[in-house]
Amino acid sequence: MQSTSDEVLIGRIANGDRLAMQVLYARYHVRVFRFVVRIVRDDSTAEDLISEVFLDVWRQAGRFEGRSTVSTWLLAIARFKALSALRRRPDEELDEETASAIEDPADDPGTALEKRDKSAIIRKCLMGLSAEHREVVDLVYYHEKSVEEVAEIVGIPENTVKTRMFYARKRLAELLKSEGIERGWP
Amino acid sequence: MNAINKEPERHEIEALLPWHAAGTLSRRDADRVEQALAGDRELARRYDLVREELAETIHLNETLGAPSARAMEKLFAAIDAEEARAPRRQRSFDFGSRVSEFLSSLAPRTLAWSATAAAVAIVLQAVVIAAVVVKEPGAASGPSAPSDGSFAVVRFAPQATANDITNFLGAYKATLVEGPLNMGGQLYRIRLSETKLPKDEVGKIVRQMQSESKVVGFIAARD
Repeated sequence: MQSTSDEVLIGRIANGDRLAMQVLYARYHVRVFRFVVRIVRDDSTAEDLISEVFLDVWRQAGRFEGRSTVSTWLLAIARFKALSALRRRPDEELDEETASAIEDPADDPGTALEKRDKSAIIRKCLMGLSAEHREVVDLVYYHEKSVEEVAEIVGIPENTVKTRMFYARKRLAELLKSEGIERGWP
Repeated sequence: MNAINKEPERHEIEALLPWHAAGTLSRRDADRVEQALAGDRELARRYDLVREELAETIHLNETLGAPSARAMEKLFAAIDAEEARAPRRQRSFDFGSRVSEFLSSLAPRTLAWSATAAAVAIVLQAVVIAAVVVKEPGAASGPSAPSDGSFAVVRFAPQATANDITNFLGAYKATLVEGPLNMGGQLYRIRLSETKLPKDEVGKIVRQMQSESKVVGFIAARD
């Protein structure tokens, strides 16, 4: 059975259809949450933000013109809200969180064991990327966004998207090297 | 092996590998990448690295969990609060789009004069009802049509003016809540009472309304 397209749902939401809103929420809330939580690094803040994101959809659905996909539109709203929330946070808190995210937990015996797992090391290094690099990596690999869509969500030219992805991967290779994984690239 | 000799071209193809792995390239670009991968062992090795990153990025994101029910509760509480403050008008009551939609569906060359006259009457009626809705901004709206109370469906007489309809609804303390309904014939749902009335009382009101032939073309009780 074919599910209702996102665009049809948005049309219904524009008409005040709460059920359509519930369907759209069910379809995307997890992905939007994960995108936001990677930016703000706090579950509770991310939950508040996704409520705001979908409330914006409820309010703005009548103005959606279909020039981008609904999921791209959602992520663009989510990104704007997440960055605004980050700006409201004290700098010290941010620094502390960033530091804890890339902290080397080598003292922990459990983690030392985990370190032998290449997959776990790659994930650790992915978490150690800068917010800018992490964002583009997530959008491309997890959210399956094309070059054009990433450009729209992040608000940068398409060539910059490719360049940023390249440098994100280069940085990842450096982090992996520092963890003892030599990939022979770049 | 036909390795890509031109370094800029290889660089360009390599930049596309993440999107190729995610399956988000255009067919044309995907074909270019596939061709390059088939003839360049080093590029293929790098593509394996990309696929490894892709897999771990998905894994990492999947461990991030999901929001609690609180997020959804908060969202719908906010929607309810917003709707209580300022209910939105349903698009079905958007007079401009209704009329243009209707007129665009007409085929002038094949339309009989009688049909044209009927169409004009319906358009005029839409004008009348739109005027009523404008006068009663909260009347026909909401995320879903109200379900509490007693209701009827009505087709207004084509010659009824905005004043006629307003006065008629006012006299019966009725409100327009939904329409035109997907039943054909420009039917509208009106609320007769905010509380559920006994069937015979609803029947009595409907019969009285039916007698107002200047305003009402057709009316029937409806749950």
